[in-house]
Amino acid sequence: MTAPLLQVEGLTVAFGHGAGRNVAVDDLSYTLEAGETLAIVGESGSGKSVSSMALLGLLPPRSARIESGVARFRGTDLLHLPERELRAVRGNRIAMIFQEPMTSLTPVLRIGQQITEALVEHRGLSLRDAREKALETLRLVDLSDPPRRMQQFPHELSGGMRQRVMIAMAMALEPDILIADEPTTALDVTVQAQILDLMRDVQARFGTAILLITHDMGVVAEMAERVVVMNKGRKVEDGPVDAIFARPRADYTRRLLAAVPRLGARASEDGPRPTVADPAHPGDDVLRAEGLGKTFAGRGRLFGRAAGTVAMDDVGFTVRAGETLALVGESGSGKSTSGRAVLRLIEVDRGRIDLEGEDMRALPQRSLRRARRAMQMVFQDPFAALNPRMSVGRLIGEPMQIHGIARGADLKDHVAELLRRVGLEADHMRRFPHEFSGGQRQRICIARALGVRPKLIVADEPTSALDVSVQAQVLDLMLELQQSLGLGYLFISHDMAVVEEMAHRVAVMRQGRIVEMGPRRAVLGAPRHPYTAALLAAVPRPDPTAQRPKLPQLDLGTIPMGPLAEAAPGHWVAT
Amino acid sequence: MSAPDTAQAGPAAARLSGVQQALTALLRSPSGAVGLAIVLLLVIAAVFAPLIAPHDPLRMASGPRLSPPSAAHWMGTDQLGRDMFSRVVFGARLTLQIGVIAVGISLTSGLLLGLVAGYAGGWTERVLMRLVDVLFSFTEIVIALACLAILGVGLVNAMIAIGIASIPFYARITHSVVLVEKNKPYFEAAIAAGASRLRLIFVHLLPNVIPTLIVVGTLGVSTAVLAAAGLSFLGLGAQPPQPEWGFMLSSSRDLIARAPWMMIFPGLAIAITVLGFNLLGDGVREVLDPRQRAR
Repeated sequence: MTAPLLQVEGLTVAFGHGAGRNVAVDDLSYTLEAGETLAIVGESGSGKSVSSMALLGLLPPRSARIESGVARFRGTDLLHLPERELRAVRGNRIAMIFQEPMTSLTPVLRIGQQITEALVEHRGLSLRDAREKALETLRLVDLSDPPRRMQQFPHELSGGMRQRVMIAMAMALEPDILIADEPTTALDVTVQAQILDLMRDVQARFGTAILLITHDMGVVAEMAERVVVMNKGRKVEDGPVDAIFARPRADYTRRLLAAVPRLGARASEDGPRPTVADPAHPGDDVLRAEGLGKTFAGRGRLFGRAAGTVAMDDVGFTVRAGETLALVGESGSGKSTSGRAVLRLIEVDRGRIDLEGEDMRALPQRSLRRARRAMQMVFQDPFAALNPRMSVGRLIGEPMQIHGIARGADLKDHVAELLRRVGLEADHMRRFPHEFSGGQRQRICIARALGVRPKLIVADEPTSALDVSVQAQVLDLMLELQQSLGLGYLFISHDMAVVEEMAHRVAVMRQGRIVEMGPRRAVLGAPRHPYTAALLAAVPRPDPTAQRPKLPQLDLGTIPMGPLAEAAPGHWVAT
Repeated sequence: MSAPDTAQAGPAAARLSGVQQALTALLRSPSGAVGLAIVLLLVIAAVFAPLIAPHDPLRMASGPRLSPPSAAHWMGTDQLGRDMFSRVVFGARLTLQIGVIAVGISLTSGLLLGLVAGYAGGWTERVLMRLVDVLFSFTEIVIALACLAILGVGLVNAMIAIGIASIPFYARITHSVVLVEKNKPYFEAAIAAGASRLRLIFVHLLPNVIPTLIVVGTLGVSTAVLAAAGLSFLGLGAQPPQPEWGFMLSSSRDLIARAPWMMIFPGLAIAITVLGFNLLGDGVREVLDPRQRAR
């Protein structure tokens, strides 16, 4: 048996010293064979990123320290290599791609310069040869018109194109190992599918070993041959991907897998899972939006203005009491704009928004403030949505105070009651947002929204900043609140599996228009619009035995983007 | 998972009051501790000046004229025989007044301007901030001189003039901080909750703007002290016989060769004061920097 390509043994990394010492990676060992894909999975704080940064000497100097361990790669120990020799390995024999392709490309240098630089540095190629090689790799990652891309700056490319450039840069040197740290997390699901395909393709061609760091079990199932599961700095379990998914040995792995929402799990049910004995059934319309339109003004020029961006065009939907309408779509589809427009956080140009029969757009500022009681919002990033200088008690109490629902001791009782309602403790009210975990903060946001007894809650990606196990808890809470209080949810999400769990009805948005809308079971189970079908096909399945269907080729020119027509009762499709 | 939602921070952090926490953190940073020590020294000198100073700072012929530093007169005497040490100690009073009043004027007006412009947006913002830009295009000292031409010379007027001259600086900083805070989701959350305009400004924006301004204001004290010393040096600020450091410097100008101590000690006092407030400002920045706070 030959030695593995990379062998990590007893890696321990800590931040800080003395009493403040915080072990980020604790005694981690694994091996990576040539040409295979090893996934390191874990939730935030599991140490999965830190462990791979340590390999390349990329840990923040001074604050983090490698306390022990060896990482044998081609006969040398990476962890104890002097910086100069490590530089010869980094980017050359071991390349890395990151989550955010915008920030990992230098914004002021042309793409061409960035790729050729590494080739000149590590391979000693002449500038001319390096340019040839760079063009070749750009072609390899399926970028259109490589000579033009070479002349462009990173900001001129889309997120998916940037990640392709990153992969091209990494692969130009034909490294032995590619470390990919959440390579597709910042990308839309259809782009993610393309990038994953590309990575597999490149791996097959060069025989590169991939060390894939991710939190997404779907991506793991699709890409990895072997898996290392990490939790709180320790390795919990490792093994072949099929075994990990089929017969997880560690409790943690089992719980993690159980928490992952699976698309298709509720395919044969009409509504979300009941969580209370006598769930409220969808009732009357709470919200009715019609013909909403919004164009964001272009940048002002010296004379006139640049053409604006159409964020919403003829968007209309209804939400009933006790019902969830999910707005799904990729970035830039206008789903968040629609949610904000409903709350009049953004003023629309056209259209009508009725909340319980009252025309919100006709309301003057003063009455609007009163009317806001009936509609509340839950945000994507719960930390940013909480004023850092206010205590939790004041934060939750504020809406009730504004609307004169309670004051003084009474208000305090209400806040305590709300905290308990969302699964926190009453004496948490004295603390400040930074003292809580992500999931707790989202519970605080939900408690704040509940205080004024709203009819409608707009939830904008409420769980996409949370770990999967915490996500499951927050979704549970939202379902339970809806079913016991009869809340209407406008649930904005990009995650089809989450949508399947939460929604009664689904509206799919693309480029500011709704292209398909109908009962969740019909839209996700038997999509009638090609874009919906493409979205669904691109979702990675957290099941290594399932083959993701081949991505349908979308002909962007002929996708129907016209007005909606009723294809079946309650099921509308763009024509 | 089983219980990932348990609170992370210990209760100890919550019990310490915010001020106590900030102070401990300030003392832990080297620049903050040194700066705080210097500023405290200055405050003590100002408050207890009559007890510390061995002589009346205004009385002439406390000793022989232009005598060099000695046991009787630690910093020597000036051309009128006044005790330099006593004058420097009493000078601390004027210096602190200058710092507090000048920064007070510029900070409050700048804060108000920036807050209103940043919150209101649209035409209000454009008009106010362009006005600030126009003022910004002149050096502070030029604006201060113009103000003094209108108000007349004198130390109090100099403080007011310096205060007015640095309004644009504070207005701009406030404005930029407001623009950042206004686009954070918590502000949107407050609008969605139905908060009134006053509540949005004073409960949500102001507390998030003030930390930055405390830092800038602390640093600004040193600028104000320097500017006041400069104006007094030109004869537009403090008038005889006030023991103001800048004025003391200027009156020593002709005697620099014969009595260098007349220049050295007030000069040192100014330098150390400026250093102290700069260090304190840096320390406060380290403490209040949002990047230092745990998420």
